[in-house]
Amino acid sequence: MPDQPYLLLVIFILAAIGFALLPLGVAALWAKFFSPAKPGPDKNATYECGLVSKGDAWVQFKSEYYLYGIIFLIFDVEVIFLMPFAVAFGGLSVGAFIAMMVFILLLVEGLAWAWVKGVLTWK
Amino acid sequence: MTLMMDTQFLFFSLLKVVGVFAVVLTIVAYSVLAERKISAAIQDRLGPNRVALPLIGSIPVIGPFLTRLGIWQPLADGLKSLLKEDFTPDYVRKVYFWLAPAITMVPAFVVLAVIPFGSYLGSQKMVIADLNVGILYTFGIVSLGVYGIVLAGYASNSKYPFLGGIRSSAQMISYEIAMGMSVVPVFLIVGQLNLSEVIAYQAKHGWLAFPFFAQEQTAMSYVLWPVALISFFIFLVSAFAETNRLPFDLPESETELVAGYNTEYSSMKFALFFMGEYCNMVAASAMMVVLFFGGWTLPFAGLDQPATSIGMGLAHIGIFLGKVVVFLGLFIWVRWMLPRFRYDQLMDLGWRRFIPLALANILVAAVVLWVKS
Repeated sequence: MPDQPYLLLVIFILAAIGFALLPLGVAALWAKFFSPAKPGPDKNATYECGLVSKGDAWVQFKSEYYLYGIIFLIFDVEVIFLMPFAVAFGGLSVGAFIAMMVFILLLVEGLAWAWVKGVLTWK
Repeated sequence: MTLMMDTQFLFFSLLKVVGVFAVVLTIVAYSVLAERKISAAIQDRLGPNRVALPLIGSIPVIGPFLTRLGIWQPLADGLKSLLKEDFTPDYVRKVYFWLAPAITMVPAFVVLAVIPFGSYLGSQKMVIADLNVGILYTFGIVSLGVYGIVLAGYASNSKYPFLGGIRSSAQMISYEIAMGMSVVPVFLIVGQLNLSEVIAYQAKHGWLAFPFFAQEQTAMSYVLWPVALISFFIFLVSAFAETNRLPFDLPESETELVAGYNTEYSSMKFALFFMGEYCNMVAASAMMVVLFFGGWTLPFAGLDQPATSIGMGLAHIGIFLGKVVVFLGLFIWVRWMLPRFRYDQLMDLGWRRFIPLALANILVAAVVLWVKS
């Protein structure tokens, strides 16, 4: 039993979730019994610096955000692959070392490609 | 006998969980106060100096002194956020609106589970879950931090929070890559993913970012020192970006987006976002201490060995907390010293400076270690 870190992890996560929900619950209970909400048309309006808001929040935003999202996906996976490589590094054979370098270079190539294409330039 | 062991183990574990929560919350509460006091000092103001508990103010000398220090301010702030009217604007998506603060808060706390905050206290190891995949777990959880903020922006159904949320997501994922790559050299050098082993290595071979005191002085520590420093620098800057702190607080840049993703939030829900931010700062500081500054070790007076007595154990926890507080001070100081980056500069720094630099750093570290062996 004393070697079950994952059990402890679950306990900790449950505690953290409880800790996040508890204040919300207490505040909601307090509001219900002692300070009921007093809604009003101005109070409940969408906040926009005091002006009456125009249109809804479904505004167009830059498509670059998506591109960054896609590149992120690739590189985040790369980072995860690099971790085991880093740990096993001490006992790697020459072949494995070269294979890993090729892997990194492929990703560098991807980065260079995105760079040249101007994806990484925020306009 | 085994049952006794089990209950004992469970008891101590729960004690540790409660202890970590209590300490982190105290640090969070008082770093808010520290932030206000330090900003006041930097801007030549006084900062919070009025709030007092009813009777304490009448204690001679100490009472007024504590009040001037603003020591009761966090209590008052917490109470205020509990008692304030908790109104929900009409146009929000209610379920997500309620969930978002909780989802921001949870990962901030959960990251702390793998951080060794001391050596031993009695026979108890001072880490909640000593995972052998420590750092992978950390990055997995850190990634979850984006969701709360994006969800808050989406749920508010309002323009400022929406733009803040979307900016924040792009910023956080960008710097997460730089952050992840920056630590790879650390694990190349150490050869373990377990954070306790990282500390043990540093106790023996010198802190990665400051290798001047070590049990075994080797030339290797100095050869790898620049690599570790570059790693640390990228990690530090990425930590600022990940926690949405100035100079990278684009998601909530006041002059453009009011308060960014939490504009529509008030009372307790806002308090959770606020605490989440500071909790993230604590976690980032703790990570930097563990990865680059030797965790709970100090290279003097035998403090780099696992504790054999209760006093030593407490000293180690104290050392760890002291280092974390230094980094929190750095976070606060930088906030009031540097101007905000522009968004294009931010993305440029992340993608076109740090990621190539981090990759090159990995290559250099790998080649140096390869040549050595």
